[in-house]
Amino acid sequence: MRAPDHPVLSKGDVLLAVENVSLGFGGVKALTDVSFDIRKSEIRAIIGPNGAGKTSMLNCINGFYYPTEGSITFRGIKRPKMRPYEAARGGIARTFQNVALFKSMSTLDNIMAGRSIKMRSNFFWQLFRHGPAMKEEVEHRKFVEEIIDFLEIQHIRKTPVGRLPYGLQKRVELGRALAMEPDLLLLDEPMAGMNLEEKEDMSRFILEVNQQYGTTIALIEHDMGVVMDLSDRVVVLEYGRKIADGTPDEVKRDQRVIDAYLGVAH
Amino acid sequence: MLYREAGQFKTTYVSDASIFPLREDRTGLILIIIAAYALAFLGNSFLLQAVMIPFLVFSLASIGLNILTGYTGLLSLGTGAFMGVGAYACYKLMTAFPGVNVIVWIFVSGFFSAAIGALFGLPSLRIKGFYLAVATLAAQFFLQWCFIRIPWLVNYNVSGALDAPLRTLFGIPIMGPNATPQTRYLLVLTIVIVLTWLASNLVHGRIGRMWIAIRDMDLAAELMGIRPLQTKLLAFAVSSYYCGVAGALMVFMWYGGAEYDVFNINQSFFVLFMVIIGGLGSLIGSFFGAALIFIMPIVLGIVLPALLSPFGISVGADTIEHLRFMIVGALIIFFLIVEPHGLARLWQIGKQKLLVWPFPY
Repeated sequence: MRAPDHPVLSKGDVLLAVENVSLGFGGVKALTDVSFDIRKSEIRAIIGPNGAGKTSMLNCINGFYYPTEGSITFRGIKRPKMRPYEAARGGIARTFQNVALFKSMSTLDNIMAGRSIKMRSNFFWQLFRHGPAMKEEVEHRKFVEEIIDFLEIQHIRKTPVGRLPYGLQKRVELGRALAMEPDLLLLDEPMAGMNLEEKEDMSRFILEVNQQYGTTIALIEHDMGVVMDLSDRVVVLEYGRKIADGTPDEVKRDQRVIDAYLGVAH
Repeated sequence: MLYREAGQFKTTYVSDASIFPLREDRTGLILIIIAAYALAFLGNSFLLQAVMIPFLVFSLASIGLNILTGYTGLLSLGTGAFMGVGAYACYKLMTAFPGVNVIVWIFVSGFFSAAIGALFGLPSLRIKGFYLAVATLAAQFFLQWCFIRIPWLVNYNVSGALDAPLRTLFGIPIMGPNATPQTRYLLVLTIVIVLTWLASNLVHGRIGRMWIAIRDMDLAAELMGIRPLQTKLLAFAVSSYYCGVAGALMVFMWYGGAEYDVFNINQSFFVLFMVIIGGLGSLIGSFFGAALIFIMPIVLGIVLPALLSPFGISVGADTIEHLRFMIVGALIIFFLIVEPHGLARLWQIGKQKLLVWPFPY
């Protein structure tokens, strides 16, 4: 019998391993020899000062960039060079530092668009908007409504997202990523520019996603309070290098991390 | 009071996902369709031949370009050429297989321009915006060159022109010199209604969402698993299909015969203006745009002399023509300043105001 393409992982197994990854653009080195892993069902934070290469790291993971050196192993399979949509189809979803929603579409349509890869009905039925196409539309609508309920955005269901305030847009973007039912969810500064209340809401959503669906989450965040409370393990980058890796408490006490954030007396 | 959302509750996702959620909209649409069919029996042949048939043909071409430029955000200047592919394909097919009904060939000819359109859509993966427009310009010039230089396309006709042969449906002439404007109008109207309905289904479903996703934020779309190349090529193919059918209708149902130069770059611009003024990303906008750009000059040509004559101003036909150009140009600028998102947005705003009229608070 042929072995399944994707081995079934249980909680705590390594879902994604980054091994000795370097990334350069011409002369600029964004990442140098970075290695860490993300385990199934954990919340993994990537922190570091500005320009440390955190977003570049996420871009490597979801296929925007291909590492110049090193490799990324996802679900035990070493990844070949791939396009972002292939990574997405493999189960990696992502939100952006600057909200990247489809502005003219409603909240509902944005989240429905996140279901595109799950929808199967062919062009012919789409033309008539009937039969399998309509059945599928309703099935996915049910799933999307669950996400809308979960994120408490029922009241903006039919509002074009371009008109929404920033905090809600971030929430819709999370909903769109959740619609893909990802194995690995990458969140790039999910709480940037939010007030305390919105941060609390967002933290609650992230924890609930992690606990209810067992979704593995990797997040970049600058708010140290949030990072230390939410994450199971933290990796710290500075100038494209990894300087620390461990539980929030370990990282907090690490002298190099303290130096990176507070500066060193010369 | 006639137009209200209140009291119309949706209890299933199917009814909530319907394209016209309001009962009033559905009634209005049915009335418009009935009126359009009634016009065939009430209107005179000038109205049908010189106003309504070309209006419908251009509406169809605008829908085609709107799918590409409005919904998917890919700028194209090859519309005229893609219309030409449809017309020439239709000509070849109906002269090679005269036994098959010409309506079939009109629909089939669209597939040829869809294939050509998808081929010229290949660069769209790498280039965007104005650069893509220039790439589609290549399609425009290359295809037009083919229309001139390949006599096989016109069956080695010495005049190099396409002409509509006589074709019938149930014994009634529907194409060629004997077909009345009335029958041709009814045929064009039916084809346009069917194709508009199909386009509306497409843009409201999964495929439409994928197109809009590519337009609004192509990187995010790709990160959600939407394949950019396939989605863009599908938009090119569907768009060119509509343009192709519109081209076939233009030559064989409106002109009755044409040469290669009706598919020149001006035609592409003409349709592009309709799409921009009507409203990018709106099917109803395509009709508004076609009406404004095509019908308004005709109306002005009739109205202007009538307006001026009571004041004792008699102007020559050529002056009227110039005035017409100036007024149409000024109106286009006016509409774009008042509403940069096109007439479709004005229509939408109007409907929203009507929903709360007369108590807007």
